[in-house]
Amino acid sequence: MVTLGGHIKETGSTTKTKTGGWRTFKPVIHMDKCVDCGCCWIFCPDMSILRKDGEYSVDLEYCKGCGICSRECPTGAIEMVLEEK
Amino acid sequence: MATDVIHGSKAVAEAVKLCDVDVIAAYPITPQTRISESLAKFAATGAIRAEYIKVESEHSAMSACIGASATGARTFTATSSQGLAYMFELLFVASGMRLPIVMANANRALSAPLNIWNDQQDSVSARDCGWIQIYVETNQEALDSVIQAYRISENHEILIPSMVCLDGYVLTHTMEPVDIPEQDLIEKYLPPFKPALSLDPDSPITLGAFANPSTYMEFRYEQQKAIERSFKAIEAAGKEYGKLTGREYGLLEEYNLDDAEIVLITMGSLAGTVKETLASLNDRRIGLLRVRAFRPFPKDDVRRLLKDVDKVAVIEKDISVGLGEGALFSEIKSSLYGLDSQPSMAGFIAGLGGRDVTPEDIAGVVKKVEKGFEGTGWVGLK
Ligand code: SF4
Ligand code: SF4
Repeated sequence: MVTLGGHIKETGSTTKTKTGGWRTFKPVIHMDKCVDCGCCWIFCPDMSILRKDGEYSVDLEYCKGCGICSRECPTGAIEMVLEEK
Repeated sequence: MATDVIHGSKAVAEAVKLCDVDVIAAYPITPQTRISESLAKFAATGAIRAEYIKVESEHSAMSACIGASATGARTFTATSSQGLAYMFELLFVASGMRLPIVMANANRALSAPLNIWNDQQDSVSARDCGWIQIYVETNQEALDSVIQAYRISENHEILIPSMVCLDGYVLTHTMEPVDIPEQDLIEKYLPPFKPALSLDPDSPITLGAFANPSTYMEFRYEQQKAIERSFKAIEAAGKEYGKLTGREYGLLEEYNLDDAEIVLITMGSLAGTVKETLASLNDRRIGLLRVRAFRPFPKDDVRRLLKDVDKVAVIEKDISVGLGEGALFSEIKSSLYGLDSQPSMAGFIAGLGGRDVTPEDIAGVVKKVEKGFEGTGWVGLK
């Protein structure tokens, strides 16, 4: 359907489009080095760092592999690893 | 109404002030700088209540305008030449998202070689971006056109951004007497902006997201239909403005066309030089058709006005390199396509990179065309 300027009224349409496939490197979090500062969670532009009770993981369905989390992590806990299929 | 003797740049800034704009995002570039400086000063001294966003580039200026306009703010920006080129991808985003942004473009040549003087290559090259383009002849018209542009663009039947093009230096840096309408008059003419869509955290929408091959073409078709509706809106806005100020505007300006056998065609301030020349030639057989709206292009009116004319000569400050003629000449030819008896047609490229186009040059064009010249020519080429 053609809407004015291509606007979409229903929210959350991005949940239907997984964008993780663009990645070349994926972040791997080494929890033994993590100090729970939350920097990766704050800086990730795609809200792909998942935080629960001090545990961190990556939502690889949306992570684009930009490496910002790894760059911002003060303890070097996030390693960018080449994706191999 | 107060008359002031001001530069074209100041005339544009005064218009923006009268339009009670919410957000201005601009990056200075010669010869537009005085527009952004005047507006920044207005904002700093509280003469306008607009938020003035200082950006690091024209790409960001247009991006900021897009974001602001999407929240329902009346927005303005101004640029020129390289700056307009740097905005290029955002020009499509603004028009595709159907945001009624208004921009002034101080027409200037493009690099390389670096040249800061006037021609119209910059905005003519942006003709397919889905914006309305108005080319003005005088500082007064620059002021009047910015005001009209908001009324046209913000019309919910249209929602297409507008570019008001004024010749760099020839207008931006030249003093002319300009009537500045009273604020309450413009408030009557231009009601507050009512956005058709706006970003609101309480009822979120997505703008300009994504269209795959099954819908993209239809969006472009809708844009075309909308800009076609602006023919009437541009005329109506010009007429209504005339009622309030005594200065009426349309898509085209006809000058001395009643008995004209030869019609010169041009855009922008060069029309003033042509009028001067025609006045001194004092020949009823020679007239001028000034194209004010280059987008949408008033093909049907051009065809109606030129169909019984003997000779047509376009003089313009741009060239489509590789085609060897200016864009206006191409449009005029395409407007006259298929007429039973076509006028003979000549297209002249003039004034590139600020080379002066004199009344003698115009008289030379008339002479050439009278002698039967057809096709493309250059004026003042060394
Ligand atoms: S690589 Fe980029 S997108 Fe992926 S989690 Fe880190 S910051 Fe987010
Ligand atoms: S930035 Fe590093 S240390 Fe901080 S929470 Fe993320 S992984 Fe842990």
